Amino acid sequence: MSTLAEQAVARTPRRLALRFRGMSDRAIAWLFITPSVLLLLAINIFPLLWSIQLSFTNYRANRPNAAIRFVGLDNYRDILTDPEVWHAMQATAHFVLWSIALEFVLGFGLALLINRRFRGHSFWTTIILLPMMLSPAVVGNFWTFLLQPQIGLFNGAIALLTGLDPSSFQMIGDVRLAPWSIIMVDTWMWTPYVMLICLAGLRSIPDYIYEAAEVDRASPWRQFWSITLPMVMPFLMLAILFRAIENFKMFDMVNLLTSGGPGSTTEVASITLKREAFEKWRTGYSSALAIILFVTVFGAANIYVKALNRVKQR
Amino acid sequence: MIQIMRALGVTAVVVASCLGNQAVAQTKQLTLCWAAWDPANALVELSKDFTTKTGIQMKYEFVPWTSYADRFLNELNSKGKLCDVIIGDSQWIGGAAENGHYVKLNDFFAKEKISMDDFMPATVVGYSEWPKNTPNYWALPAMGDAIGWTYRKDWFARPEIQAEFKKKFGRDLAPPETWDDLKQIAEFFQGREIDGKKVYGAYIYTERGSEGITMGVTNALYDWGFQYENPKKPYQMEGFVNSPEAAKGLEFYKSLYKCCTAPGMSNAYMSEGLDAFKSGQVAMQMNFFAFFPGLYKDPNVGGDKIGFFVNPKQKYHFTQLGGQGISVVSYSEHRDDALAYIKWFAQPDVQKKWWALGGYSCHKAVLNDPGFPKSAPFAADFLKSMDIVKDFWAEPSYAELLLDMQKRVHDYVVADKGTAQEALDLLVKDWQKVFKEDGKI
Repeated sequence: MSTLAEQAVARTPRRLALRFRGMSDRAIAWLFITPSVLLLLAINIFPLLWSIQLSFTNYRANRPNAAIRFVGLDNYRDILTDPEVWHAMQATAHFVLWSIALEFVLGFGLALLINRRFRGHSFWTTIILLPMMLSPAVVGNFWTFLLQPQIGLFNGAIALLTGLDPSSFQMIGDVRLAPWSIIMVDTWMWTPYVMLICLAGLRSIPDYIYEAAEVDRASPWRQFWSITLPMVMPFLMLAILFRAIENFKMFDMVNLLTSGGPGSTTEVASITLKREAFEKWRTGYSSALAIILFVTVFGAANIYVKALNRVKQR
Repeated sequence: MIQIMRALGVTAVVVASCLGNQAVAQTKQLTLCWAAWDPANALVELSKDFTTKTGIQMKYEFVPWTSYADRFLNELNSKGKLCDVIIGDSQWIGGAAENGHYVKLNDFFAKEKISMDDFMPATVVGYSEWPKNTPNYWALPAMGDAIGWTYRKDWFARPEIQAEFKKKFGRDLAPPETWDDLKQIAEFFQGREIDGKKVYGAYIYTERGSEGITMGVTNALYDWGFQYENPKKPYQMEGFVNSPEAAKGLEFYKSLYKCCTAPGMSNAYMSEGLDAFKSGQVAMQMNFFAFFPGLYKDPNVGGDKIGFFVNPKQKYHFTQLGGQGISVVSYSEHRDDALAYIKWFAQPDVQKKWWALGGYSCHKAVLNDPGFPKSAPFAADFLKSMDIVKDFWAEPSYAELLLDMQKRVHDYVVADKGTAQEALDLLVKDWQKVFKEDGKI
């Protein structure tokens, strides 16, 4: 009876077998990963290096005949001293922090509810998951209609509950309400995602731990604080990391809902970047902005991952 | 057997050569790029004559207005070969000329005896020339356009509304001639109930993302005295862009937005205006003349129910230029055929048919025809408007200049940020920065 390895050798075509004969395991490993590495270099690393290089120039993609000048750190200095960029960063931070906080609370709450087995549990889980299955472009478009003051269902519902005239307030045209509109829509769309990850965390807690706690007469509250929360925490932190990275670079939904307006109220960093890169065509400047945003996200994510690892080790 | 084989071989060669010729004839094709709107459909209809005459098939790439500039400027900047002929916005001309995207047409015009004197002067300057007011032509004026207004003629004509208006303001309710009149009428209609529906005074542009609010606000700014630069010293903007009169114009636009527009119109451009008017929501609508033929045909608000008027005046009388010229893309592989299309399009007969189908010709053979003002209910107003047009910057940096203005104006008008004077002062600084980077100041 031959082993699996022997069978594999027997099935390998002779010419191929001859070609690989004598190659070390390391060489074969390299042979297999080289195409992926080359692809990564071509579509990730090369553009990144090129952007870094462009960020030190005055290059504009819409002026192919213009001379490209090395400007040193001028683009970075201009960005970091530009109040408009700081405003965009503030708008981004407001959006990211509030949307994550709401998604965290609601997502975890829903996961706790869904985790209890009840009749129609699968049906409700599917219904709750529907928003995250939609495209952000579709969500942006139909929420524009939902938030329309005259015909929008949202204004109609608020009017029904409060007795206000539905056209007496506008969610996406009002400076105070517009930032909350994008937070609300994002929360509506992505809470199910956080819920799903939390649910995976809750389901991974072995029942015997709760049984032991009950034997020890621990109250439900105590069980939550001492068992559920610590054991779900790595999952929660992972969900927050994913959502924070996604929302930091959120573009499509915000662009469709408000175009960054009214004025520049909801102009998050990605919209500023798009305007600089593909509307104003300041390629060098926008490359520098992209690098700054990349470093910000990358740095924050790294710190966060270290914290996550510490929580996991506890 | 050998003979049969030879006969088959000869037949095969003949068939192949015939098919080959057919294939060559079929590949004679031009792609025309433009915005997706009513006049584009008229052009498709018109161009059938070109195909009949020349055998050149026409293919179209029409893109919605909101992504029109993004899509085609990307295409031109990447030296794409998608478009052979392009109907590009008037503000693109500087960049397209300086960056070599368009073919310079002077020699072609001279050879084909196409004279720019045959076209309305404002359209030649606006759509064809770069640098402006010099005989360097990069496009043939194709689609004349400007901002005009529509109003609900049937509402204005109602005796009870007429009587109430006269009692309140001591004058007849008629299409406004000044901005103050317009605001008064808009306030009168705002929130009024007509046929059981709540209606609003006016629809004006407020869009943030592309060019909307700039195309709207300039109509008021020009009339109050806003100028892009010192006429005697190019690129000197201080005191012209941000003059106290210009600030008053901006304040007026904001007051009109606040008092007399429908709720939710904080990010609205051409299509939202059409929707608002067609659904019977507003008494008056600002929009481009290009849409007026379609509105006139509308079964609900067209015909006797719609009237048209020229952009109102105040201290001065101007209106924002729209419209486009038609150019040959220098990266096209079908340049000769593209030029043949321009030559065909420039003919007076074709231009007459263009107008008849719903396009706005810029040719004097059409516009100077004694019957033109009465050829459509909005034709006379179109002629008047084309005499008072003013355009936004057409510099190679127009996109930056435009985005700066979008931001400053939207910040003030819609987002209530700062004062009108502050908004225009900041705009001057933005524009100075752009021109400084361009080495023009």
